Amino acid sequence: MSITLANISKSYKGLKALEAISFEVKAGELFGLIGPDGAGKTTLFRILTTLLLADEGTARVTGFDVVSDYKKIRNSVGYMPGRFSLYQDLTVEENLTFFATIFGTTIAENYDLIKEIYVQIEPFKDRRAGKLSGGMKQKLALCCALIHKPEVLFLDEPTTGVDPVSRKEFWEMLKRLQQKGITILVSTPYMDEAALCDRIALIQGGKILQIDTPQAIVGHYPKPIYNLRANKTYQLIKALKAYENNYSVYPFGEFVHYTDQRTDFDPSELKAYLESEGLSDVVIEKTEATIEDTFMELAK
Amino acid sequence: MKREKVIQVAGLTKRFGDFAAVDAISFDVYRGEIFGFLGANGAGKTTAMKMLIGISNPTSGQAQVAGFDVFTHAEDIKKNIGYMSQKFALYDDLTVRENIRFFGGIYGLSRERIKEKSDALIEELGLQGAAHKLVGALPLGWKQKLSFSVALIHDPKIVFLDEPTGGVDPITRRQFWEMIYKAAHQGTTVFVTTHYMDEAEYCDRVSIMVNGKIEALDSPKQLKEQFQAANMNDVFLKLARG
Repeated sequence: MSITLANISKSYKGLKALEAISFEVKAGELFGLIGPDGAGKTTLFRILTTLLLADEGTARVTGFDVVSDYKKIRNSVGYMPGRFSLYQDLTVEENLTFFATIFGTTIAENYDLIKEIYVQIEPFKDRRAGKLSGGMKQKLALCCALIHKPEVLFLDEPTTGVDPVSRKEFWEMLKRLQQKGITILVSTPYMDEAALCDRIALIQGGKILQIDTPQAIVGHYPKPIYNLRANKTYQLIKALKAYENNYSVYPFGEFVHYTDQRTDFDPSELKAYLESEGLSDVVIEKTEATIEDTFMELAK
Repeated sequence: MKREKVIQVAGLTKRFGDFAAVDAISFDVYRGEIFGFLGANGAGKTTAMKMLIGISNPTSGQAQVAGFDVFTHAEDIKKNIGYMSQKFALYDDLTVRENIRFFGGIYGLSRERIKEKSDALIEELGLQGAAHKLVGALPLGWKQKLSFSVALIHDPKIVFLDEPTGGVDPITRRQFWEMIYKAAHQGTTVFVTTHYMDEAEYCDRVSIMVNGKIEALDSPKQLKEQFQAANMNDVFLKLARG
């Protein structure tokens, strides 16, 4: 196991940030921590990277205990915090040299690992980090976290605030790093990114809701889900919420996701009800559960 | 039935030196519509939005927002629109009630009107128990819902939402979208910018900016058909990657 947590808890002034968190990440795995702001993701990262002490429980990273062997962990992991934390007034190249030097290595020694990412920012190597665009800052931060060839990479919300093109490129980079044998723990509030991980933990309010592969997590969804659409979305939502047999009603892009309490649910009956409520162009079709559906069901 | 246009833009351009950050964009937005305004980082959407809300002068072109010209009546535009973003929203060190009173005052509402609005708004959001709490102590999701309600306090014709729902849990996010649907249903136009394509799917129509130009504008359904894409994320990637 590359990362092991057993009953990790942490409170801030009586507020429980993490409650008895236990899970394991296998060597070489791309593991996602999926949850909204305030779920406890950053606290968990800070405990695993030895920057914060847990109140209870034990954790090991690359075989070392986060408390007694913290120095060894610091040498063998890379950490990219959620907030950009490189030196804004150093250039791209100076930042990278700085991080290589404090880990006792050189850019040349591990250049292979960062090459694919670094070539994209190399044309700007003399630019100060503070003057880079969001996407470029993110690539530089990743290079700096990798320059000492870590065994485990911790990435706290690397794609927050990043546009879809840069997000896609970032996840492609992560897949390539994984192929080079690096274990990756990545957090995100965006459920659509969960599908790109080998396994995920859904986390909310300091508690793990479920851990499994993304496929298994959506497979466990307990009810058939229907996509609904009608001529007026707001009235559709209102009518569905007023329908006595509804189990859940959630707007979902151009559709509304609906589940019914009954096992012998008949969509045509619902359609008739909605039409009696003055809606037209009603479409009801079965759909697959998504990670978000599962998350909402578990968080209910 | 002819639909009322509340935003009319024709050939709107903003240049910084030789660089056209916004390059002759044209579109209309209707009353009660939820309009998504998308684009990659640096595509020009913030610059375009700044012109529409009356805080940046266009280089050329025409635009009317809430019935007022952006060149000559920018101050009137500001009075007739609401604005909410994740970066600038409410004052953390004022209570819920104080924030409502402050923004009501800014928009020139009378004392009685502010009182009425405060009570209605607090009740609608279920914040009765938290009315005298500092906004900074509220969970993010509540802050966002309150922030949206405050942006609507002066019954604007249009509300601009700049990346409104980042980071909140999926249930709260849907409550937020239900509020948006309700506002639109009541006739308010909602103009939303977002990086997250799953949010784009909630809009009636969506425009996508690439390098200062609007390269696509239609309903999410039509765009997905046009680009033979499974979702708006794929539409966006096809457009932005060329």
